[in-house]
Amino acid sequence: MQRLVVGAGYGLKDWLAQRITGIVMAVFTLIMFAAALGGAMSSREAWQAFMANGFIRFLSFLFIVSLCWHAWVGIRDIWMDYLNSAALRLFLHVMTLLALVGYAGWAIQIIWRL
Amino acid sequence: MPEMTKERPKHLALHEIRLPLAGFASILHRVSGAGLFLMLPLLIWLLQLSLGATQDSAAMFAAVTGNWLVKLILLGLLWAFLHHFCMGIRILLIDIHVGVEKQQAHNSAMTVMVVSLALTAILGLKLLGAY
Repeated sequence: MQRLVVGAGYGLKDWLAQRITGIVMAVFTLIMFAAALGGAMSSREAWQAFMANGFIRFLSFLFIVSLCWHAWVGIRDIWMDYLNSAALRLFLHVMTLLALVGYAGWAIQIIWRL
Repeated sequence: MPEMTKERPKHLALHEIRLPLAGFASILHRVSGAGLFLMLPLLIWLLQLSLGATQDSAAMFAAVTGNWLVKLILLGLLWAFLHHFCMGIRILLIDIHVGVEKQQAHNSAMTVMVVSLALTAILGLKLLGAY
């Protein structure tokens, strides 16, 4: 039997993940915008004190995880839409995933060592 | 034998296809997302420099963000983020059946384009140090 080679299980789960991660990032963006208006970015010291706050670190963590998950679904959709070669698609899916996992680790250690 | 050779209408002359505004805004949603993904290392690096405890990182942050090419990239990413953000809200609204009609969808696409460009101008001037 000829099987379709697809890169991941997609459908409702990914559709929902894209919405939830998007909402998390949108809420975080509004919080950061409000914080900026409140002076959290007025100086380097103020910015570092703000980002070191426990609750903000919790939110920043959620933002980073949401961003990487969201980017995975979005970039994977681009490869699936435009590439016909299953081998090239698999290669780029793996590269995208590895990059995003690395970015997540890098960004999380930046905010969590504060 | 199954009939596999049926001719299907194809029209892929991209220069002749007139994409409606909503389609144009939708393509930009994808382009902006891809751009943000590609520039993630730069953004995380800037986050790292902005939160670094040493004088070196402070000086490096000032040097990098002072570079005009970096400023231009950040201005582009600012637009990409704002367009992606506004377009995302439009998608969420359409998900809950708000603005599904053709004319409404056209108007909301126009709103997304105008609002994201206006916000880019306002916040971009701040980025470039105009105020």
